[in-house]
Amino acid sequence: MTGTDGPTDEQWVDPEIVRPYVVTRGRTQPAHGKFDLISMALAIGPPPGPDAGLDPEHLRILQLCREPKSVAEIAAHLDLPAGTIRVLLGDLFDRELVSAQEPQSEVDMHDMKMYRAVLDGLRSL
Amino acid sequence: MVFARSERPRLPTAIKILIAGGFGAGKTTMVGAVSETRPLRTEEILTDRGVGIDDLTSVEAKRTTTVAMDFGRITLGNDYVLYLFGTPGQERFWFVWDELAEGSLGAVILADTRRLADCFPSVDYFERRGTPFVVAVNCFEGAPTFELDEVRLALQLDPSIPIIMCDARKRDSSREVLITLVKHSARLRAEPVGS
Repeated sequence: MTGTDGPTDEQWVDPEIVRPYVVTRGRTQPAHGKFDLISMALAIGPPPGPDAGLDPEHLRILQLCREPKSVAEIAAHLDLPAGTIRVLLGDLFDRELVSAQEPQSEVDMHDMKMYRAVLDGLRSL
Repeated sequence: MVFARSERPRLPTAIKILIAGGFGAGKTTMVGAVSETRPLRTEEILTDRGVGIDDLTSVEAKRTTTVAMDFGRITLGNDYVLYLFGTPGQERFWFVWDELAEGSLGAVILADTRRLADCFPSVDYFERRGTPFVVAVNCFEGAPTFELDEVRLALQLDPSIPIIMCDARKRDSSREVLITLVKHSARLRAEPVGS
Protein backbone atom coordinates (compact mmCIF):
# COMPACT_ATOMS: atom_id res chain seq x y z
CA MET A 1 0.00 0.00 0.00
CA THR A 2 2.82 2.37 -0.72
CA GLY A 3 1.78 5.72 -2.06
CA THR A 4 -1.67 5.83 -0.51
CA ASP A 5 -3.35 9.19 -0.55
CA GLY A 6 -2.99 10.02 3.09
CA PRO A 7 -4.48 7.70 5.67
CA THR A 8 -7.96 8.23 7.01
CA ASP A 9 -9.52 6.66 10.06
CA GLU A 10 -11.75 4.48 7.98
CA GLN A 11 -11.43 3.45 4.38
CA TRP A 12 -13.25 1.06 2.10
CA VAL A 13 -10.36 -0.72 0.47
CA ASP A 14 -11.76 -3.50 -1.69
CA PRO A 15 -9.28 -2.93 -4.52
CA GLU A 16 -6.35 -2.55 -2.17
CA ILE A 17 -7.22 -5.49 -0.03
CA VAL A 18 -5.70 -7.88 -2.52
CA ARG A 19 -2.05 -7.14 -1.93
CA PRO A 20 -1.81 -8.06 1.75
CA TYR A 21 -3.05 -11.52 0.90
CA VAL A 22 -0.85 -11.88 -2.15
CA VAL A 23 2.08 -11.33 0.17
CA THR A 24 0.84 -14.16 2.38
CA ARG A 25 -0.12 -16.36 -0.61
CA GLY A 26 -3.74 -16.19 0.40
CA ARG A 27 -3.27 -17.15 4.00
CA THR A 28 -5.10 -15.11 6.60
CA GLN A 29 -3.90 -16.93 9.72
CA PRO A 30 -0.37 -17.79 10.84
CA ALA A 31 0.56 -21.48 10.62
CA HIS A 32 1.43 -21.56 14.29
CA GLY A 33 1.16 -19.25 17.22
CA LYS A 34 -1.17 -16.46 18.05
CA PHE A 35 0.48 -13.12 17.56
CA ASP A 36 -1.10 -10.32 19.52
CA LEU A 37 -0.81 -6.77 18.24
CA ILE A 38 1.90 -6.26 20.87
CA SER A 39 3.59 -9.65 20.80
CA MET A 40 7.31 -8.88 20.58
CA ALA A 41 9.53 -10.44 17.92
CA LEU A 42 13.31 -10.62 17.68
CA ALA A 43 15.41 -12.01 14.82
CA ILE A 44 17.59 -14.91 15.93
CA GLY A 45 20.21 -17.09 14.32
CA PRO A 46 22.32 -16.41 11.26
CA PRO A 47 20.77 -14.41 8.40
CA PRO A 48 19.06 -16.80 5.95
CA GLY A 49 20.68 -17.37 2.56
CA PRO A 50 19.04 -16.69 -0.81
CA ASP A 51 17.92 -20.33 -1.06
CA ALA A 52 15.82 -20.07 2.11
CA GLY A 53 12.72 -19.40 0.04
CA LEU A 54 11.86 -16.21 1.85
CA ASP A 55 10.01 -13.28 0.34
CA PRO A 56 11.29 -9.69 0.49
CA GLU A 57 8.74 -8.94 3.21
CA HIS A 58 10.15 -11.75 5.37
CA LEU A 59 13.62 -10.30 4.96
CA ARG A 60 12.44 -6.82 5.84
CA ILE A 61 10.88 -8.16 9.02
CA LEU A 62 14.13 -9.89 9.97
CA GLN A 63 16.04 -6.69 9.36
CA LEU A 64 13.58 -4.66 11.42
CA CYS A 65 13.61 -7.19 14.25
CA ARG A 66 17.30 -6.94 15.00
CA GLU A 67 15.88 -5.03 17.94
CA PRO A 68 12.70 -6.29 19.62
CA LYS A 69 9.64 -5.02 17.76
CA SER A 70 5.92 -5.56 18.23
CA VAL A 71 3.57 -6.83 15.53
CA ALA A 72 2.02 -3.35 15.43
CA GLU A 73 5.40 -1.69 14.84
CA ILE A 74 6.39 -4.12 12.11
CA ALA A 75 3.02 -3.54 10.42
CA ALA A 76 3.46 0.21 10.60
CA HIS A 77 7.00 0.12 9.19
CA LEU A 78 6.14 -2.28 6.36
CA ASP A 79 2.86 -0.48 5.67
CA LEU A 80 0.96 -3.77 5.72
CA PRO A 81 -2.03 -4.76 7.85
CA ALA A 82 -1.27 -6.42 11.17
CA GLY A 83 -2.97 -9.63 10.01
CA THR A 84 -0.49 -9.97 7.17
CA ILE A 85 2.44 -9.48 9.52
CA ARG A 86 1.08 -12.22 11.81
CA VAL A 87 1.17 -14.70 8.94
CA LEU A 88 4.69 -13.72 7.89
CA LEU A 89 5.94 -13.85 11.47
CA GLY A 90 4.44 -17.33 11.78
CA ASP A 91 6.59 -18.42 8.81
CA LEU A 92 9.71 -16.97 10.38
CA PHE A 93 8.88 -18.49 13.75
CA ASP A 94 8.47 -21.92 12.14
CA ARG A 95 11.92 -21.61 10.59
CA GLU A 96 13.32 -20.54 13.94
CA LEU A 97 14.40 -17.22 12.51
CA VAL A 98 12.52 -15.19 15.07
CA SER A 99 11.84 -15.53 18.74
CA ALA A 100 8.59 -14.18 20.10
CA GLN A 101 7.29 -13.03 23.44
CA GLU A 102 3.63 -12.81 24.28
CA PRO A 103 2.47 -9.64 26.03
CA GLN A 104 1.71 -9.24 29.70
CA SER A 105 -1.51 -11.15 30.17
CA GLU A 106 -4.64 -10.01 31.92
CA VAL A 107 -4.02 -12.48 34.74
CA ASP A 108 -0.54 -11.07 35.32
CA MET A 109 -1.96 -7.60 35.92
CA HIS A 110 -1.63 -8.05 39.68
CA ASP A 111 2.16 -8.38 39.33
CA MET A 112 3.60 -5.72 41.62
CA LYS A 113 7.00 -5.93 39.96
CA MET A 114 5.45 -4.88 36.66
CA TYR A 115 3.75 -1.81 38.16
CA ARG A 116 6.97 -0.73 39.86
CA ALA A 117 8.95 -1.12 36.63
CA VAL A 118 6.41 0.90 34.66
CA LEU A 119 6.28 3.67 37.30
CA ASP A 120 10.07 3.84 37.54
CA GLY A 121 10.34 3.95 33.77
CA LEU A 122 7.76 6.70 33.40
CA ARG A 123 9.33 8.81 36.14
CA SER A 124 12.72 8.66 34.46
CA LEU A 125 11.40 9.79 31.09
CA MET B 1 2.68 -22.14 25.20
CA VAL B 2 3.55 -21.98 21.58
CA PHE B 3 6.39 -19.55 22.07
CA ALA B 4 8.09 -21.41 24.90
CA ARG B 5 11.47 -22.42 23.61
CA SER B 6 14.28 -22.90 26.04
CA GLU B 7 16.98 -21.38 23.86
CA ARG B 8 15.12 -18.21 23.06
CA PRO B 9 16.89 -14.94 23.85
CA ARG B 10 15.42 -12.64 26.41
CA LEU B 11 12.72 -10.41 25.02
CA PRO B 12 10.91 -7.58 26.77
CA THR B 13 7.29 -8.09 27.73
CA ALA B 14 4.88 -5.64 26.14
CA ILE B 15 2.23 -3.77 28.11
CA LYS B 16 -0.44 -1.56 26.64
CA ILE B 17 -2.38 1.45 27.78
CA LEU B 18 -5.33 2.74 25.79
CA ILE B 19 -5.91 6.40 25.11
CA ALA B 20 -9.62 6.92 24.53
CA GLY B 21 -11.92 9.88 24.10
CA GLY B 22 -13.97 11.60 21.46
CA PHE B 23 -12.79 12.69 18.04
CA GLY B 24 -10.34 15.57 18.34
CA ALA B 25 -9.89 15.16 22.09
CA GLY B 26 -6.13 14.90 21.64
CA LYS B 27 -5.54 11.13 21.66
CA THR B 28 -2.83 11.05 19.02
CA THR B 29 -1.35 14.26 20.41
CA MET B 30 -0.89 12.60 23.79
CA VAL B 31 0.54 9.43 22.23
CA GLY B 32 3.08 11.58 20.38
CA ALA B 33 3.92 13.72 23.40
CA VAL B 34 5.22 10.84 25.54
CA SER B 35 6.36 8.28 22.97
CA GLU B 36 9.95 7.83 21.91
CA THR B 37 9.09 8.24 18.24
CA ARG B 38 6.37 10.03 16.32
CA PRO B 39 3.05 8.16 16.47
CA LEU B 40 2.91 5.13 14.19
CA ARG B 41 -0.18 3.83 12.48
CA THR B 42 -1.27 0.22 12.14
CA GLU B 43 -4.25 -1.22 10.38
CA GLU B 44 -6.41 -4.22 11.05
CA ILE B 45 -8.45 -5.54 8.15
CA LEU B 46 -11.99 -6.34 9.14
CA THR B 47 -14.39 -8.51 7.27
CA ASP B 48 -18.01 -9.55 7.88
CA ARG B 49 -17.00 -10.80 11.30
CA GLY B 50 -17.42 -7.40 12.84
CA VAL B 51 -19.57 -5.68 10.29
CA GLY B 52 -22.43 -8.04 11.16
CA ILE B 53 -23.28 -6.02 14.22
CA ASP B 54 -23.92 -3.03 11.97
CA ASP B 55 -27.23 -4.40 10.71
CA LEU B 56 -25.79 -4.60 7.24
CA THR B 57 -27.86 -7.65 6.47
CA SER B 58 -27.78 -7.69 2.70
CA VAL B 59 -25.03 -9.74 1.16
CA GLU B 60 -23.73 -6.97 -1.07
CA ALA B 61 -23.30 -4.77 1.96
CA LYS B 62 -20.78 -7.20 3.45
CA ARG B 63 -17.57 -5.48 2.63
CA THR B 64 -14.15 -5.32 4.06
CA THR B 65 -12.83 -2.29 5.80
CA THR B 66 -9.78 -1.35 7.76
CA VAL B 67 -9.54 0.22 11.16
CA ALA B 68 -6.49 2.38 11.72
CA MET B 69 -4.95 2.86 15.13
CA ASP B 70 -2.30 5.34 16.10
CA PHE B 71 0.17 4.14 18.67
CA GLY B 72 3.48 4.93 20.28
CA ARG B 73 6.17 3.11 22.21
CA ILE B 74 7.99 3.79 25.46
CA THR B 75 10.85 1.42 26.28
CA LEU B 76 11.00 0.84 30.05
CA GLY B 77 14.41 -0.65 30.82
CA ASN B 78 15.21 -4.15 29.57
CA ASP B 79 12.15 -5.97 30.79
CA TYR B 80 9.14 -4.01 29.58
CA VAL B 81 7.94 -2.00 26.61
CA LEU B 82 4.86 0.15 27.01
CA TYR B 83 2.60 0.75 24.01
CA LEU B 84 0.04 3.54 23.95
CA PHE B 85 -2.88 2.93 21.61
CA GLY B 86 -5.29 5.59 20.53
CA THR B 87 -8.66 3.86 20.30
CA PRO B 88 -10.55 4.02 17.02
CA GLY B 89 -13.11 6.79 17.34
CA GLN B 90 -16.14 5.18 15.74
CA GLU B 91 -18.40 3.33 18.10
CA ARG B 92 -19.11 0.65 15.54
CA PHE B 93 -15.56 -0.52 16.14
CA TRP B 94 -16.27 -1.62 19.70
CA PHE B 95 -15.08 -5.11 18.92
CA VAL B 96 -11.67 -3.65 18.09
CA TRP B 97 -11.75 -2.01 21.50
CA ASP B 98 -12.34 -5.44 23.02
CA GLU B 99 -9.15 -6.73 21.44
CA LEU B 100 -7.25 -3.67 22.57
CA ALA B 101 -8.66 -3.67 26.09
CA GLU B 102 -7.89 -7.35 26.62
CA GLY B 103 -4.77 -7.52 28.76
CA SER B 104 -4.35 -3.76 28.96
CA LEU B 105 -2.96 -2.06 32.05
CA GLY B 106 -5.73 0.51 31.82
CA ALA B 107 -7.10 3.43 29.89
CA VAL B 108 -6.86 7.20 29.83
CA ILE B 109 -10.08 8.88 28.76
CA LEU B 110 -9.34 12.30 27.34
CA ALA B 111 -12.15 14.77 27.90
CA ASP B 112 -12.67 17.97 25.96
CA THR B 113 -14.86 20.32 28.00
CA ARG B 114 -16.35 21.74 24.80
CA ARG B 115 -17.72 18.29 23.95
CA LEU B 116 -17.87 16.49 27.23
CA ALA B 117 -20.60 14.12 26.08
CA ASP B 118 -18.15 12.66 23.54
CA CYS B 119 -16.43 10.71 26.27
CA PHE B 120 -19.59 9.16 27.75
CA PRO B 121 -19.29 6.02 25.57
CA SER B 122 -15.69 5.49 26.69
CA VAL B 123 -16.59 5.88 30.37
CA ASP B 124 -19.46 3.42 29.96
CA TYR B 125 -17.30 0.98 28.06
CA PHE B 126 -14.43 0.80 30.55
CA GLU B 127 -16.78 0.77 33.54
CA ARG B 128 -18.67 -2.16 32.11
CA ARG B 129 -15.53 -4.02 31.16
CA GLY B 130 -13.88 -3.39 34.52
CA THR B 131 -10.78 -1.85 32.94
CA PRO B 132 -9.05 0.60 35.28
CA PHE B 133 -9.24 4.13 33.86
CA VAL B 134 -8.60 7.75 34.69
CA VAL B 135 -10.16 10.83 33.12
CA ALA B 136 -7.79 13.52 31.89
CA VAL B 137 -9.38 16.85 31.03
CA ASN B 138 -7.39 18.21 28.11
CA CYS B 139 -7.12 21.96 28.55
CA PHE B 140 -7.73 23.47 25.15
CA GLU B 141 -7.18 27.18 24.73
CA GLY B 142 -10.49 29.00 24.62
CA ALA B 143 -12.40 26.06 26.05
CA PRO B 144 -14.69 26.74 28.99
CA THR B 145 -12.97 25.99 32.26
CA PHE B 146 -14.70 23.79 34.77
CA GLU B 147 -13.77 22.62 38.20
CA LEU B 148 -12.77 18.98 38.15
CA ASP B 149 -15.65 18.26 40.52
CA GLU B 150 -18.07 19.65 37.94
CA VAL B 151 -16.64 17.39 35.26
CA ARG B 152 -16.80 14.44 37.64
CA LEU B 153 -20.45 15.20 38.30
CA ALA B 154 -21.25 15.60 34.62
CA LEU B 155 -19.63 12.25 33.82
CA GLN B 156 -21.17 10.61 36.91
CA LEU B 157 -17.76 9.28 37.82
CA ASP B 158 -17.31 7.15 40.88
CA PRO B 159 -15.35 9.08 43.55
CA SER B 160 -12.60 6.46 43.38
CA ILE B 161 -11.78 7.26 39.76
CA PRO B 162 -8.98 9.81 39.40
CA ILE B 163 -9.67 12.88 37.31
CA ILE B 164 -6.94 15.36 36.43
CA MET B 165 -6.25 18.34 34.20
CA CYS B 166 -3.66 17.93 31.47
CA ASP B 167 -2.14 19.45 28.40
CA ALA B 168 -1.88 16.55 25.95
CA ARG B 169 0.73 18.45 23.92
CA LYS B 170 3.17 18.47 26.81
CA ARG B 171 5.37 15.52 27.64
CA ASP B 172 5.50 16.13 31.39
CA SER B 173 1.77 16.63 31.66
CA SER B 174 0.97 13.52 29.62
CA ARG B 175 3.50 11.55 31.64
CA GLU B 176 1.76 12.60 34.87
CA VAL B 177 -1.52 11.31 33.45
CA LEU B 178 0.06 7.94 32.73
CA ILE B 179 1.62 7.79 36.21
CA THR B 180 -1.80 8.53 37.73
CA LEU B 181 -3.30 5.68 35.72
CA VAL B 182 -0.57 3.19 36.61
CA LYS B 183 -0.94 3.98 40.33
CA HIS B 184 -4.72 3.70 40.08
CA SER B 185 -4.49 0.37 38.27
CA ALA B 186 -1.97 -0.90 40.83
CA ARG B 187 -4.31 0.12 43.66
CA LEU B 188 -7.17 -1.83 42.10
CA ARG B 189 -5.23 -4.87 41.02
CA ALA B 190 -2.14 -5.10 43.19
CA GLU B 191 -0.98 -3.68 46.51
CA PRO B 192 -0.49 0.10 46.94
CA VAL B 193 2.55 1.65 45.30
CA GLY B 194 4.61 4.52 46.78
CA SER B 195 3.29 8.05 46.57
